Amino acid sequence: MRVALFVTCINDTLYPDTGRAVITLLERLGVEVGFPVEQSCCGQPQFNTGYRHLTEPLVHRFDRAFADYDYVITPSGSCAAMVRDNYPRIAARARDEGRAGRELARAAASAVPKTYELTEFLVDVLKVTDVGAYYPHTVTYHPTCHGLRMLGLGDRPRRLLEHVRGLELRELPGAEECCGFGGTFAVKNPAVSAAMGADKARAVRETGAEAVCTVDNSCLMHIGGTLRRQGAAARPVHIAEILAATEADAREDAREPARARATEGSRR
Amino acid sequence: MSGTYLGMPAFPAAAASSTQDARLRGNLRHATHTIRDKRARAVAELDDWARLRAAGAAVKDRTLRHLDHYLEQLEESVTAAGGQVHWAADAAEANALVARLVRETGEREVVKVKSMATQETELNRALAEAGISAYETDLAELIVQLGDDLPSHILVPAIHRNRGEIRDIFREQMARWGRPAPENLSDAPAELAEAARLHLREKFLTAKVGVSGANFMVADTGTLVVVESEGNGRMCLTLPETLISVVGIEKVVPTWQDLEIFLQLLPRSSTAERMNPYTSTWTGTTDGDGPRTFHLVLLDNGRTDTLADTVGRQALRCIRCSACLNVCPVYERAGGHAYGSAYPGPIGAILTPQLRGTASELDASLPYASSLCGACYEVCPVAIDIPEVLVHLRERVVQGGRVTRRGVKTVLKPAKGHAAERAAMRAAGFAFDHPGVLRTGQRLAARTRRLHPRRLPGPGRAWTDTRDLPPVPAESFRDWWRRTRGEERTT
Ligand code: SF4
Repeated sequence: MRVALFVTCINDTLYPDTGRAVITLLERLGVEVGFPVEQSCCGQPQFNTGYRHLTEPLVHRFDRAFADYDYVITPSGSCAAMVRDNYPRIAARARDEGRAGRELARAAASAVPKTYELTEFLVDVLKVTDVGAYYPHTVTYHPTCHGLRMLGLGDRPRRLLEHVRGLELRELPGAEECCGFGGTFAVKNPAVSAAMGADKARAVRETGAEAVCTVDNSCLMHIGGTLRRQGAAARPVHIAEILAATEADAREDAREPARARATEGSRR
Repeated sequence: MSGTYLGMPAFPAAAASSTQDARLRGNLRHATHTIRDKRARAVAELDDWARLRAAGAAVKDRTLRHLDHYLEQLEESVTAAGGQVHWAADAAEANALVARLVRETGEREVVKVKSMATQETELNRALAEAGISAYETDLAELIVQLGDDLPSHILVPAIHRNRGEIRDIFREQMARWGRPAPENLSDAPAELAEAARLHLREKFLTAKVGVSGANFMVADTGTLVVVESEGNGRMCLTLPETLISVVGIEKVVPTWQDLEIFLQLLPRSSTAERMNPYTSTWTGTTDGDGPRTFHLVLLDNGRTDTLADTVGRQALRCIRCSACLNVCPVYERAGGHAYGSAYPGPIGAILTPQLRGTASELDASLPYASSLCGACYEVCPVAIDIPEVLVHLRERVVQGGRVTRRGVKTVLKPAKGHAAERAAMRAAGFAFDHPGVLRTGQRLAARTRRLHPRRLPGPGRAWTDTRDLPPVPAESFRDWWRRTRGEERTT
């Protein structure tokens, strides 16, 4: 089983801790993980803003980068959904326009079946829900829209979280409502995006949880940025980082509170 | 707000002020959450909902593929049953037709059944200009009309008003239009409904002409169908001597058997009822029963052009249930008026830019009025993939491309104001396709990370006005990988 990490451009650039957490977690579960550096971005920002043609080279790049692997694991519900839902569409539209549709269709056909969002891979392929994690904190889980409605992750993330020792899961009111990020929506319609973010941040605060967790750092950037601006204590944390955490990490954090704070700081 | 959509600002600007309106936000939040929860329960009762939904979509798709055939069949059956069929290419034609038909009766007043098609054509305004008074008889439409306001929801046009506001409107405005509101009217729902009932009764009993839309038209029998909750529709469809129905051409279904699917899908999706209280059907005219003259005005107004677009045409399946509005987080916060047309919410965001085109700033902003969260697609009873169409229309805005306008294929130029974005997207696309360039950018950002402010000037303020930026880490993931795992394979 050759497994690759598709870290995604936003995690690569802004949230490397999440990428490291996936590696730590999968290696702990006995999976060897490769990182082909040809990878870059799935093309979602361009596609969703109306620049479908600009995403075509990225479909090819994705296919080339992961050609040698059986599984491509990504810590992003929304990037996994981009590959699964939109790569075949991009190929079909290119064919309708009489351009290189066959090559794109081949690239999409090879990318789609092997691409998994992290929690899907854990639950469906590795068939584990107890990953041996320890995270002694109260956490609330926000199911992101693309994870919930496009990928249909269902209760996979919740089942994984429920098996984390020390973790107390707090129910998030209105969990299924969008947080208001929506990619360029956040800057094209800032008033509505901020209103949605404020409501989501309020719901998070009401749970009293120490951390809010999702399968996507892009949503967390918005929710976390809003919480921080409001001076709220709840911090954003990607599910991979919770699942990667162990008793040893907790002991180390206790010995080196300064380092723990620094790690936390980089999450915000 | 005064009764026209002309000259309204683009969605982000309109929403920037409406999101600040605490009362509006409160009214909308309460109303949409109540109905959305009820809908979910009503739909969960049926274990074949998914199949009904697929059947609804399939019937609509098949009918739309052969729309010319079914419309001709409909015209034949309506005519055979004693009705008269008229074709209107656009709103102006439809309005002129209706005005002429009313004038030919010698009347100067009409009663109206709630109708989206006539809101779309702004018929009331056109009739007023022709010296004809049109009285809305649906409770919420009445509130909107009395308040010189615009509808903000497909099913509940006055959803933005609360009881207190409605009482004030009744007290101040009813007298101008007919029977005044009772003295000491309170804001109790029963009293408000009674006031409306008394006010409207006068209209029902005197009006000689009724104007309606229709939810469905059955091609093989020529039957029109209106579903409603209040009974005002039944009055307008049966009491007047002349009935004029203005209906979008996409409302045709082939047979009564097809109708059966939609009579299950529509009430549960719109009012969360198993069956709506009133379902009126009429076929042409019948001696001694109901209107003696029946006119059907078939409205195109951009629908044939929409049909020509293979991705966008699914919007024509819409049965106007408003479920997508009720679950939409953007609609809930921005309110219906921000969408600048008779069709607010997710369906408006994909329908208006197709029916009206994307030339105006407002219409070009509508495809972006969504976070693409997908809640609308999930609830739509005819499975319109609204996010897919939104993205498709964004492409039309930024890239232009082939469209059909008034039956003629043309090539649209990209909308103005997207040049900087286009350049940025191209640059990003280049960097993403050249990871070396991407890495240089990441390293530059990492080296200057201490200098990055938490609040940005200029366009970046759209983010940092309400949200902190995440700090840039010292090292990107790919640099960490290279440093710790060595061995880099190059492109
Ligand atoms: S798009 Fe679908 S959910 Fe929205 S009003 Fe139309 S039929 Fe209802």
